[in-house]
Amino acid sequence: MIRGVKGSLLAAVSLALVGCAASGSEAKSASDKPAAAEKPVKFDKDPYPSTYRPYGGRPTAVRGVTIFDGEGGRIDNGVVLFAGGKVEAVGGADTAIPADFDVIDGSGKFVTPGIIDIHSHLGDYPSPSVEAHSDGNEATSPTTPEVWSEHSVWPQDPGFSRALANGGVTALQVLPGSANLMGGRSITLKNVPSRTVQGMKFPGAPYGMKMACGENPKRVYGGKGRAPSTRMGNFAVNRATWQKAAAYKKKMDDGKAVDRDLAMETLAGVLAGEILVHNHCYRADEMALVIDMSKEFGYKVSTFHHAVESYKIADILAKEGICSAMWADWWGFKMEAYDSVNENIPLVYKAGACTIVHSDDANQIQRLNQEAAKARAAGRRMGIDVSDEQAWTWLSYNPAKALGIGDKTGSLKAGKMADVVLWNGNPFSAYTRPEKVWVDGALMFDAFDPKRRPVSDFELGQPGEGDVK
Amino acid sequence: MMRALFLSAAALIAVSAAAQDIAITNAKLVIGDGSAPIEGGTVVVRGGKVVAAGAGVAVPAGIERVDAGGRWVTPGIVAAFSRVGLVEVDAVTGTNDRNAPRTRFSAGLDIAPALNPMGSPVAVNRASGVTRAIVAPGGSSNLFAGQGAVVDLADDMDMVTKPRALQFVAFGEAGSAKAGGSRAATFLLFREQLLAARSYARGSATLAEWGNDAMIQRADADALVQVINGTTPLFVRVDRAADIVNVLKLRQEFPALKLVLVGVTEGWLVARELAAAKVPVLVSPLTDLPASFEQLGATQSNAGRLKAAGVDVSVGVFDDDDAHKMGYATQYAGNLVGLARLPGASGMTWDQAFASISSAPARAVGMEASIGSLRPGRVGDVVVWDNDPLELGSRPTAIWIDGKAQSLTTRQDRLRDRYATPGEGALPKAYDR
Repeated sequence: MIRGVKGSLLAAVSLALVGCAASGSEAKSASDKPAAAEKPVKFDKDPYPSTYRPYGGRPTAVRGVTIFDGEGGRIDNGVVLFAGGKVEAVGGADTAIPADFDVIDGSGKFVTPGIIDIHSHLGDYPSPSVEAHSDGNEATSPTTPEVWSEHSVWPQDPGFSRALANGGVTALQVLPGSANLMGGRSITLKNVPSRTVQGMKFPGAPYGMKMACGENPKRVYGGKGRAPSTRMGNFAVNRATWQKAAAYKKKMDDGKAVDRDLAMETLAGVLAGEILVHNHCYRADEMALVIDMSKEFGYKVSTFHHAVESYKIADILAKEGICSAMWADWWGFKMEAYDSVNENIPLVYKAGACTIVHSDDANQIQRLNQEAAKARAAGRRMGIDVSDEQAWTWLSYNPAKALGIGDKTGSLKAGKMADVVLWNGNPFSAYTRPEKVWVDGALMFDAFDPKRRPVSDFELGQPGEGDVK
Repeated sequence: MMRALFLSAAALIAVSAAAQDIAITNAKLVIGDGSAPIEGGTVVVRGGKVVAAGAGVAVPAGIERVDAGGRWVTPGIVAAFSRVGLVEVDAVTGTNDRNAPRTRFSAGLDIAPALNPMGSPVAVNRASGVTRAIVAPGGSSNLFAGQGAVVDLADDMDMVTKPRALQFVAFGEAGSAKAGGSRAATFLLFREQLLAARSYARGSATLAEWGNDAMIQRADADALVQVINGTTPLFVRVDRAADIVNVLKLRQEFPALKLVLVGVTEGWLVARELAAAKVPVLVSPLTDLPASFEQLGATQSNAGRLKAAGVDVSVGVFDDDDAHKMGYATQYAGNLVGLARLPGASGMTWDQAFASISSAPARAVGMEASIGSLRPGRVGDVVVWDNDPLELGSRPTAIWIDGKAQSLTTRQDRLRDRYATPGEGALPKAYDR
């Protein structure tokens, strides 16, 4: 146990040697003098800043459509207006359409906010999934809060375009894998093609940190003959690491100089509430223990991911205000996924806890709407009243809130980002596909226009380049 | 443990009920052979077999009648390529009989005794409408994986419909890994093992005389002889277009091979060759990522393009979860219907899509005369659905397998009911059942 933690700290310290010179927009208050000075040093919190800019688009009105606004509202025969990258208005058939707007008649079709996948590994486990692309788990120490998933993201992963065109996904969180108890920082991306990951980074989104319960960390490290090899070992390593982080943060808060430690910096950010915890955790009993650990050290879990047993403690999760990100029906692939039920999602919803549908998969990210449809149907069969428009909160607004971007996207409200999908039918039908997808009001996919179909560098000159996918 | 014993005892009692003679009337009846649904249809099952299905079918006197109330009634889904019955929990090795990486045997392996009809995946897949499955072994230490079976998913102890119904082998990257590192090694090893088996069968040489007595065992040779002479269909996993063409050429030297291709991700690039070869294919139709360099051409339009070219296409659920989620077959088939409506994409009509998860896989494994549709003479596997079976969230409300009514309750349902309200009651949840 000690060995594992120490290993990561040594690695972090050696990295910190090259990271000391603070620079960038948020470092202005840093001392002019070297770090050895008594005055506290503030380190740049955004050294790889987003360069994303909306791609621009025509002022657009989509009319005659059924609208799920993402916050549980529904308008039949409605109108959505967006311009300048923002939603201007959402209303009924009588909504005035300014003369300079392009008008799309969407009769029989549906408009929703873009889907937000809170759990993806696109870019850090990209296609093709060759060994050289395996960049999602820094499985050399059980705690690696110093690694940032954005440094692994390959923007040329063809999976991004599939999620856009087939899935209507407009934003996603790319997380480190679950080999480690503390896997590192996650990053929230706009789902637009870019030469660089910075060109995809969601402006203003807070960082997340990936944690993992249960089988994976103890298997990976137990298999190497080191801690943790048990669930109690998982907690012991976590608690020892949090204890160090609390001490580091206190030193910072007390205005004392610290040697920069990238691992501790991430954890201190969590303790300060600036970095959101996304915790892979299947079993109900383990989630309950994690909740107590978070209180022991003073942090908050944003979301339990995978959470196949959330239905067993949905009342506790509702009370604690913690989201569950879930699959509709994955089960049986490992012991901690054995008690999955098809009604997990609607049972969490029924308890009044924050409910999210996630993918963790380059294929299923292309049909999260279908997963929500299955969960909705399972709930209805057991008498849980879930309307279509309520179910859509699982796909956009709830994940947006859990990612700290709920004020910017995730629902169709005036002033928010125009991240919009026009579906060619009810998106809870297997027969429905995205027809158009806008990100910040820019048309990034159009089923009727092969030129509005992104083709990554990897796919150029290969069989099927530019094909429908 | 007590609970498990109790459940199995209950299941055995259910099994002892004989096949019912039954007529399901007033159905939106899907035959499963690609024909259109029949409103007001009737299907009659006697002695465990379908005796009549269609409009205007007379219900024999004295037979039990079930009014479907206008709901969809279909043949049970046939899982086209699966490991149902071989796995309880993938990552719990003792419950996972998919692969045998350390055995001395290969083609001779027979999965039949490894099947567990009492496993919870059987019940869960059944409750989603799957009544039959083509089950293949995953792999051995050698090139050939072994012999698969056609099974039923009834709640009884006899799962095997047809043992040794197929032989499985992977070419491409997976084959290379088994054969020594290259595709050349795969093709040569394939040929040498078949020639050794044939020589052995003719008595013209012992296996040892082939100079590599570890290459195959007697049991493997016995199984491969059945492949060479076309008695056992050879299911071949292959994805790259060039590999597909080369696998089709295997019949030049072994003309009786009954090939069925599995995966076929780049099949659309060689659709004409596949159609001309009259080789059925099993595809996982939503594969659209270049997950490997042998799947660069992946597109969800693959199934539709192959179908349009005249290839016999079955839809399966693999490269996903091949033991637990066979119920995805209906969702995948539904997606093919959606693709047909998408500009530039290829999919299937509803009738074709349903046939791709019922009669087509039955035909691929050479059992179209006995399973996969509601045509007279087929097994009495009938499903009543609460809605369009290819739509999301539709579920069976009643299932018969071989004419026997089946339980639709799963272990998952029991968990759901226990936690329908999550808080503890007067006693802990453990007393709540």
